[in-house]
Amino acid sequence: MELALFILFGLLAVAGALNLLFQRHPINSALSLVVVMMSLAVLYWSLGAEFLAAAQVIVYAGAIMVLFIFVVMLLNAGEEEQTHGSKIAYIVGIPGAGAIFCLLSFVFLSERSHLGSTALGGYLSNAVSNISEISHVLFTSLLLPFEVTSILILVAILGAVVLARKEL
Amino acid sequence: MITVPIAYYLVLAAILFCIGIAAFLIKRNVITIFMSIELMLNAVNLTFVAFAHMWRQISGQIFVFFVMVVAAAEAAVGLAIIIALFRARQTLNVDEVDLLRN
Repeated sequence: MELALFILFGLLAVAGALNLLFQRHPINSALSLVVVMMSLAVLYWSLGAEFLAAAQVIVYAGAIMVLFIFVVMLLNAGEEEQTHGSKIAYIVGIPGAGAIFCLLSFVFLSERSHLGSTALGGYLSNAVSNISEISHVLFTSLLLPFEVTSILILVAILGAVVLARKEL
Repeated sequence: MITVPIAYYLVLAAILFCIGIAAFLIKRNVITIFMSIELMLNAVNLTFVAFAHMWRQISGQIFVFFVMVVAAAEAAVGLAIIIALFRARQTLNVDEVDLLRN
């Protein structure tokens, strides 16, 4: 059952990513990125990361992509036109990305027996649930980094407000 | 019950990452380039979660949580920069934003 889930949502993620690559209009790319993020949320869930699956849907598919679509609509972005810089990127980019993919998958598949396999819905340690596990670490040993992220978010809000002002 | 090898998840993450690289290099629209960066971040997050499952350690998932926080902050600032860029140059094509080249 997990293999079926993996194949279904893995193929959906790859199809969404390829659609992002081949669509000319930014809004189509944004919507196919939502498909990738939702299928990645299912894969997180099947790997036992329930909290991250929920956070993926809420933060990525819910917040970040809405922000992207707002900006696409605000700037009235149309279809992108091909210019001279694209040719070099085609010649170098596709073989380069293919070479990196071949290297990575060769390493992963040759170490396949050492990496082991998954079991659906297992908890990592002896915790009651995934959320209690994460929150226990987050609010005890990693409390300072967790609080520092709030300052990071505050600075990001201020930066966004200052940068997007009319008179820059 | 059929289980999935961790290596398959890692290969899927590699596929998504390389599509992200290709989109980053080929796309000319600055918003779509920004989206392909998000795609690469998501691929790396999948690797973290797969390794967290493999080692039975929660720290991999904590790392993904912090990556999500930073990605949200980065998206807000980056899109504000794109809006400022569009106000200044009236274009979203990265080939026309070449002030530093000349």
